[in-house]
Amino acid sequence: MLAALSLLLVCQLIGEVFVRWLALPLPGPVAGMLLLFLLLVLRDGPDENLRHTSQGLLQHLSLLFVPAGTGIVLHFSRIGEQWPALVASLLLSTLAALLVTAWTMRLCQRLSEGEEK
Amino acid sequence: MSGPIGEIWVYLAASPLLGLTVTLLAYQVAHALYRKSGQHPLANPVLIAVAILGTLLGLTGTAYETYFAGAQFVHFLLGPATVALAVPLYLQFRRVRKLLLPISAGLLAGSATAVVSAVAIARLLGADSATQASLAPKSVTTPIAMGIAEKIGGLPSLTAVLVICTGVFGAIVGERAMAAIRVHDPAIRGFAMGVAAHGIGTARAFQINEQSGAFAALAMGLNGLLTAALLPLLADFLLK
Repeated sequence: MLAALSLLLVCQLIGEVFVRWLALPLPGPVAGMLLLFLLLVLRDGPDENLRHTSQGLLQHLSLLFVPAGTGIVLHFSRIGEQWPALVASLLLSTLAALLVTAWTMRLCQRLSEGEEK
Repeated sequence: MSGPIGEIWVYLAASPLLGLTVTLLAYQVAHALYRKSGQHPLANPVLIAVAILGTLLGLTGTAYETYFAGAQFVHFLLGPATVALAVPLYLQFRRVRKLLLPISAGLLAGSATAVVSAVAIARLLGADSATQASLAPKSVTTPIAMGIAEKIGGLPSLTAVLVICTGVFGAIVGERAMAAIRVHDPAIRGFAMGVAAHGIGTARAFQINEQSGAFAALAMGLNGLLTAALLPLLADFLLK
């Protein structure tokens, strides 16, 4: 577990240094995730240890959002003022993303099926 | 408060122990309620835990900064957990390499729709630029969305709550929306839910079936990457 946890932290550290060094707009941990993904491709998959540790971390992923989510108490007045925009944007945009994704995929599938015929 | 209880409170309020402990306890209560509800999306454990903690902070008159001094130990793990997302992403990626074209096209179209429509609707209805920036990554899984929000001038904590509400809404309407446009392929259903409603949509897709769940998990990972790479570049152009 220690080795796997160290690997995750090292990837994050390199990711953070990398995005600051090159002034990339990417969040550091996402760069770390890309790095680990590349390592997994090179090493042909995670070992038992890494699989176990990442599973343990991700199993309680929701818990990790709680401290930041509680920061909502700082934004009550903003939400009170702008709630119609927030609610409308959230509902309509989520629905639009669902529909557009499904439509596009179906269209592509039909196009490639048409080619095969 | 005065007397021994007052003294104990002064000690506890100044130490990180209390914030950390209350966070873990609130989450466990929330998670127990979630399981009791049969894992109903509306009983999302993060929403309940945040409601409990917000109420406690309000009742005790504790500043968020004081609470966060303890809770930051939990918060810190978000970084390594984001890195760890590479493992399920890798495992899913191998399973679905064959469907590269519909997946890439669906991902690009869905991801762009999620970002652009969220910002456009919010601006149209008078939201300011910080609110728009907080809404822009709402379809992306929380740890990545918060990182993006911070980069583009949004409010990470507002984003965290918006992301969860997006997931809850997507999980509730996802299947009905797919049925309404007569999409029955479980792979497409799952992928659409993963793009639009990240982890909460993915959890719902796994309840439908294994294949939907696998595609949703892949969609969530890819959408997180794509949005993290592109949104900060487009932010100057999109947000006003």
